[in-house]
Amino acid sequence: MFDLDRWREIFQSISKNKLRSVMSGFTVAFAILLFTLLFGVVNGLSNTFKDVFSDDAANIMSVRVWKTSKPFKGLQTGRRIQLKNKDFNFVKEEYDSKIQHLTARVNRNVNISYKTKQDNYSLQAVHPDHQFLEKTIIEEGRYINDRDLKERAKVIVIGRLVKEDLFGEKPAIGKRINVSGISYQVIGVFSDEGGDNEERKTFMPVSTAQMIYGNNDNLSQIVIGYNPDLSLDEAIAFGNKMERDLRKKLDIHPDDQSALSIQNMAEANKGVGSFVIALYFIVIFIGSGTLIAGIIGISNIMIFVIKERTKEFGIRKALGAQPSSIVGIVVQESVLITTIAGYLGLSLGTFILSAIDDGLEDYFIKDPSVSPGIVIGATITLILSGLIAAYVPAKRAARIKPIVALRAD
Amino acid sequence: MIEIKKLHKSYPIGKDSLHVLKGIDLHIKEGEFVSIMGSSGSGKSTLLNIVGLLDEHDEGEYYLNGQLIDNLNEKKAAILRNKFLGFVFQSFNLISYKTALENVALPLYYKGMARKERLKIAMDYLDKVELKDWANHLPNELSGGQKQRVAIARALVTQPKVVLADEPTGALDSTTTDNVMDLLRDINNEGMTVFVITHEEEVAEQTKRIVRLKDGVIISDELTNINSKAV
Ligand SMILES: Nc1ncnc2c1ncn2[C@@H]1O[C@H](COP(=O)(O)OP(=O)(O)O)[C@@H](O)[C@H]1O
Ligand SMILES: [Mg+2]
Repeated sequence: MFDLDRWREIFQSISKNKLRSVMSGFTVAFAILLFTLLFGVVNGLSNTFKDVFSDDAANIMSVRVWKTSKPFKGLQTGRRIQLKNKDFNFVKEEYDSKIQHLTARVNRNVNISYKTKQDNYSLQAVHPDHQFLEKTIIEEGRYINDRDLKERAKVIVIGRLVKEDLFGEKPAIGKRINVSGISYQVIGVFSDEGGDNEERKTFMPVSTAQMIYGNNDNLSQIVIGYNPDLSLDEAIAFGNKMERDLRKKLDIHPDDQSALSIQNMAEANKGVGSFVIALYFIVIFIGSGTLIAGIIGISNIMIFVIKERTKEFGIRKALGAQPSSIVGIVVQESVLITTIAGYLGLSLGTFILSAIDDGLEDYFIKDPSVSPGIVIGATITLILSGLIAAYVPAKRAARIKPIVALRAD
Repeated sequence: MIEIKKLHKSYPIGKDSLHVLKGIDLHIKEGEFVSIMGSSGSGKSTLLNIVGLLDEHDEGEYYLNGQLIDNLNEKKAAILRNKFLGFVFQSFNLISYKTALENVALPLYYKGMARKERLKIAMDYLDKVELKDWANHLPNELSGGQKQRVAIARALVTQPKVVLADEPTGALDSTTTDNVMDLLRDINNEGMTVFVITHEEEVAEQTKRIVRLKDGVIISDELTNINSKAV
């Protein structure tokens, strides 16, 4: 099929008719450029969303308590609700099959010192499963285990930045540090992708904290990693049921959000999911609009080009050009221009996106980029439309009687 | 070479139709040098376009080189034009973005000839019309007479059986007119059939046979005195 003479004809026609070649090329390049940028920006937005939710495990729900806002069973409004170990055990036994990880939390701010260094840090007293729910990464040593919990061991796991503050480059594992007047052994150092604040935390067994801070069995929070096999809807139903059960158990009005609420990632995820889907719908809508505008652009230019060349085609026919050869040069020229222009638009678009990189993170656009599949698809669409846009009028032009074509001007 | 019997042609004009050729009988043998005379609108171009397979007739018979022309599709017509016919138009009809040489070589491209060969042959024909030095010029850099000579070279390059020229001197001054007619006579002397349209007596007188057309019929068909001189 490769016909050097045909290509020579086409390159000559393109280079001798720069304006119209540039015009049709520009339309295509511009359409592909817009398309690429649009998709890139939306991908950037959705990257931001994925990021926001990727720090902690996505299948989390947590039980929080505060004061009642509704009277119930003769109890007053404003009663303070306190979670206890028995509530934790209730959740553990009642919903075992729906739970992957389970931890309670007791939160405190503490002053920690080692030798001459000291500072304030936040302490979370937890169960071993907390590691998975917070996606805590153990850098050295180990996390809290069941034995620590049972023995109420005075052990502590410290964040990377806490370690740096207190120990600098020196090893921390096995050393004893002073936490608000009580000595603990450092058993682990962790890092966390959630940022610096996460790495200024410390963890100890929940049982130890309960014994030391007030000798009670109070809990600040219960955090549940629900079974990832649950669908979003099942997970939401699970959260709702647990909320009802706990309110009943703690004598709280069934609708009292203030007294006890469950914050369920499944609900947020469902929201984000729909948001991202909506975003993509908008993009597909605008994106195909851009492409259609590009297609209409090429069609118009091709109609114009062919009209302008009608006389030339008449001459060529008088000299012996067959209709198929007329259609051939027009279509091949159009496809060549759309391909090159499409490629330029695509390259420019990808270049701009990579130049933006994380420059627009303030606008929630993170690492905007396009999947090659989508862009190649768009380019192929445009090339095909270049083909059709040229084929239809070229076919018509090739059918014009040579005498009519020769008279054209 | 060209045989036409009771040829009719009408153009539709709105609901009516304009009857332009009203039963033409014409026989042109190989090697003739014929001119068609007639006032403007008498149907000369219509006749030539039908002969040149650029247009179709309505009624009657047309044989080109012994082959009946009937319901040709565009592809077949293109092949026949390329093989048998060479055209020279009043307005030259050169392709503006191609050089003189490329214009002349174009019919050979449609014949399927290799580039090197066709450029060589095209150059020979440009030489023949004394435009070798202008081979790489674009049409808009040439004078009217030069353009027409390029067009003639282009018409000849495929060595057609018949050269059809529709008022080839219509856009030229008298010196270049003579120049172009000399060229056509040379071609004819080499044995090619030449068929010229004109409305100028001086031009017609340089051909060997004059056919006069009026209102779509042939009113006279006679040999000129050049005939006796020639051969
Ligand atoms: N395509 C056409 N449609 C309608 N009328 C035409 C067309 N071509 C030519 N005519 C008319 O047919 C007549 C003959 O035209 P033409 O053959 O060009 O005459 P000539 O070449 O002798 O001047 C003229 O009246 C012209 O207006
Ligand atoms: Mg005419």
